[in-house]
Amino acid sequence: MSHSVIIKNAVKKYGDFTAVNGISLEIKQGEFFTLLGPSGCGKTTLLRMIAGFNTVDGGEICFDEKVINNVPAHKRDIGMVFQNYAIFPHLNVAENVAYGLKARKVPKDQIAPRVAEALKMVQIDALKDRKPNELSGGQQQRVALARAFVIEPGVLLMDEPLSNLDAKLRVQMRTTIKKLQRRLGITTIYVTHDQEEALAISDRIAVMKDGNIMQVGAPDEIYRKPANPFVANFIGVSNFIDCTVSGEDPAGAAVQMTGADYAIRMRLRKPYTGEAILSARPEQLSFAGTGIPGKINMSVFLGDFIQYEVELHNGQILELNEYTKDVDSARPDGEQVYVAFNPNQVSLYCKETQEVLSC
Amino acid sequence: MLKKKSGAPIYKDFWFWVKLLIFAVFLLFLIYPFSTLVVNSFKSAKEDGLTLYNFQRFFTKKYYYQALGNSLKVSLIPTITSILIGVPMAYLMTRFNIAGKTIWHVLIILSLMCPPFLGAYSWIILFGNAGVVTQWLSGLFGVQMPSIYGMGGICAVFTLKLFPYVYLYVSGAMGSIDRSVEECAENLGSGKLRRLLTVTVPVVMPSIAAGALMVFMTALADFGTPGILAGGDFRTLPVLIYNEYLSETGGNANLASAISMIVVVIALLILFLQKWWVARKNYTMSSLRPPEITEYHGWKRFLVTLPVAVVCLISFLPQVVVIFCSFVKTNYSNFVFSEGFTLEHYTELGKSLMTNIRNTFVFSTVAIIFILILGILLSYVIVRRRGKTGGALDMLMMAPYVIPGSVLGLCYIVAFNYLGKTADGTVIKLTGTASIIIIAMIIRKLPYTVRSGSAFLMQLDPSVEEASINLGVSPMRTFFKVTARLMLPGVLSGAIISWVTCINELSTSIMLYTGKTATITIASYTNIVRNSVGTAASLASILTVISGILLLIAFKASKGKVSVI
Repeated sequence: MSHSVIIKNAVKKYGDFTAVNGISLEIKQGEFFTLLGPSGCGKTTLLRMIAGFNTVDGGEICFDEKVINNVPAHKRDIGMVFQNYAIFPHLNVAENVAYGLKARKVPKDQIAPRVAEALKMVQIDALKDRKPNELSGGQQQRVALARAFVIEPGVLLMDEPLSNLDAKLRVQMRTTIKKLQRRLGITTIYVTHDQEEALAISDRIAVMKDGNIMQVGAPDEIYRKPANPFVANFIGVSNFIDCTVSGEDPAGAAVQMTGADYAIRMRLRKPYTGEAILSARPEQLSFAGTGIPGKINMSVFLGDFIQYEVELHNGQILELNEYTKDVDSARPDGEQVYVAFNPNQVSLYCKETQEVLSC
Repeated sequence: MLKKKSGAPIYKDFWFWVKLLIFAVFLLFLIYPFSTLVVNSFKSAKEDGLTLYNFQRFFTKKYYYQALGNSLKVSLIPTITSILIGVPMAYLMTRFNIAGKTIWHVLIILSLMCPPFLGAYSWIILFGNAGVVTQWLSGLFGVQMPSIYGMGGICAVFTLKLFPYVYLYVSGAMGSIDRSVEECAENLGSGKLRRLLTVTVPVVMPSIAAGALMVFMTALADFGTPGILAGGDFRTLPVLIYNEYLSETGGNANLASAISMIVVVIALLILFLQKWWVARKNYTMSSLRPPEITEYHGWKRFLVTLPVAVVCLISFLPQVVVIFCSFVKTNYSNFVFSEGFTLEHYTELGKSLMTNIRNTFVFSTVAIIFILILGILLSYVIVRRRGKTGGALDMLMMAPYVIPGSVLGLCYIVAFNYLGKTADGTVIKLTGTASIIIIAMIIRKLPYTVRSGSAFLMQLDPSVEEASINLGVSPMRTFFKVTARLMLPGVLSGAIISWVTCINELSTSIMLYTGKTATITIASYTNIVRNSVGTAASLASILTVISGILLLIAFKASKGKVSVI
């Protein structure tokens, strides 16, 4: 049934430009795997290599044990959902969904029930006789989805399928997609630039930048323990604070904030001494009796939390969130404060290599 | 292209063969005949080997080089006058609520698509030496009309016939200038006229140049109009080519080849000059808000409508005159308007000219089938599989823009007059057959279909094809099941234009026809030249009516978006 997808040192070059730079990944059978990154990071290129629309200039792509580099696109047994749906405009909804079944020479008497079932699963069975130009964006998206999974493909690929929908529909559709994928158990590779969408929908995520993989992991792992400042900044919001580390003993290195009379002790992976960057999420920062001194520039009340903009003495701005339920009222603008954090939650990176130091 | 990179999708193969096929067609019927013409132009019966004799003769004998001057005059003057008429027409039509706008637009396109020599013929009926208006004026007032024959008449006919090119290109551009550009000029203190001259006209300059190029090329290449209106010793290059070819009995048409080369070189020079000039001032404009259309009422609306109506009616007049005259009784070479109407010219057609009518239909229909097939494949190659080969094919396809019809005809004559001998000694040749006229139609009229088809394909989302491939349908079958099906409206409306121009084709077939393969246009032309006015008028009317009907179908099919340029 569903395949695992193994990518070994995949390379794609356009002239001098390397779009995919020797990427290796192992996507398990039945997994919902997301390629996440800013535009131009190579995620769509890699997806199209798997689909067979881009040639593989180096390395191997395998479904289970079988190398598929030379298998033409129409023989790869893949379902794909395109960014702009790519519905056949001359066919009605049912004909669109039946298209792949007919190509697979599924017996005629089985096609209609399978189409009906697929349409029911995406809740558009009532629209089966409509022409694509009579459908809304969300409905077209559902047709594209049904058309891709009705053929029971070994792998399902999705290229930014929700980016053309409005915000509310996007949230609704991503739940539909996730439930459907769970139910069918098809190995799914999903491409998006929207980190929130990726966190919400995926079993695992590969964060990409400039044709390289920055980090692979489960959503909470990537959020809690970003492998480098790029990931920390791309996924969610992070405050970066310059600091100096003197730690021959990894069990308790001294981390001194630059330009502030505030130091903490952190556990490191290995001995390190020198310049570093400390990364902390807004909700990992808190107001305390001691810490990095600064003043509140502005506070924004956002319902479940209050967002503060804190200006440090060196002019740097930190973003700090405080849960509404934890406090009686918002602090006034201009108040002098100290910002502190829990050393076990924040991440520490080598300033030079961007490599992670904290455990 | 054959090189297999690691993992190169195997589906390149089908399009590889398509490209090869189309290239073979161009090689056989464009590159090869044209090269033969080039070689031929450097040969002479008087000297051995390659020689410049023909060119020397051309540039030293007044009889010849005068024709070059004439050709340049009857191409340049109509280009300028077409701009003077076409640009204001475009401005009026895009900026004011002209009454009956659609009708005028359709009339302009109709008069563009009918063969130019019919216009010439109709002006002769009206203003020729024995013309209706001429006789009426001299009989009534003793006024002598200036002669319609010669340069003046040819320029007038070309202008009325070809200004639509300028109009169509410029109105397209004027309709897509963003309103804010002009508003900005006004805001900076420019008056209406000043704004028009300093902002609007410069911005549409590239379109004016594109339209002007079409006028120049068509006028330079046209055979029929100067053929009919030559009068005395006013010869242009295409007429000269025809005459030289006819006079060189059994010869290799060396001098005609040399003259052809000169025409092609002029056309190429003008093309490069235009491209170079436009490249320096090409603006891309994203039009968010199309320009405002001024709503006039009462006499103001009448005033802006009047010039449009006058120009359109005058340029459409030839078609009306020809159809009207086809029902008028004749006495030898003159229409006799006092004796009422008759159908005898049409019954005469039935007797002696059915061959021509059948030829036109058979040839153009066969040609259009090939044009459709080649057009749909070539459009796809140009847009989706371009690469170096696709670009080269695109360029080859556009070659007929610089190779006038009569020159292509001559190319075919020199290349296909002798292909070998059969065992019993009969010469195998393509000239004189129906195939060669059909091939010429295909090569010359293919661009209309390809341009329309490729423009349409560019609007189609490529991922629709990918979706089909992805669902397990091979790329070749995807093309036939999905892409070709979706391209059809664009290709068909272009093909109808190709069809109309095939039916009205004269300048190549006049070089290639024999008694058996003459078409309506040829019969019509020869009857005009022979002063057999009634027959000529009825044949011309058939052409006009068919063209009109086909164009209206194209309009309907493409919801008014049909492009004839």
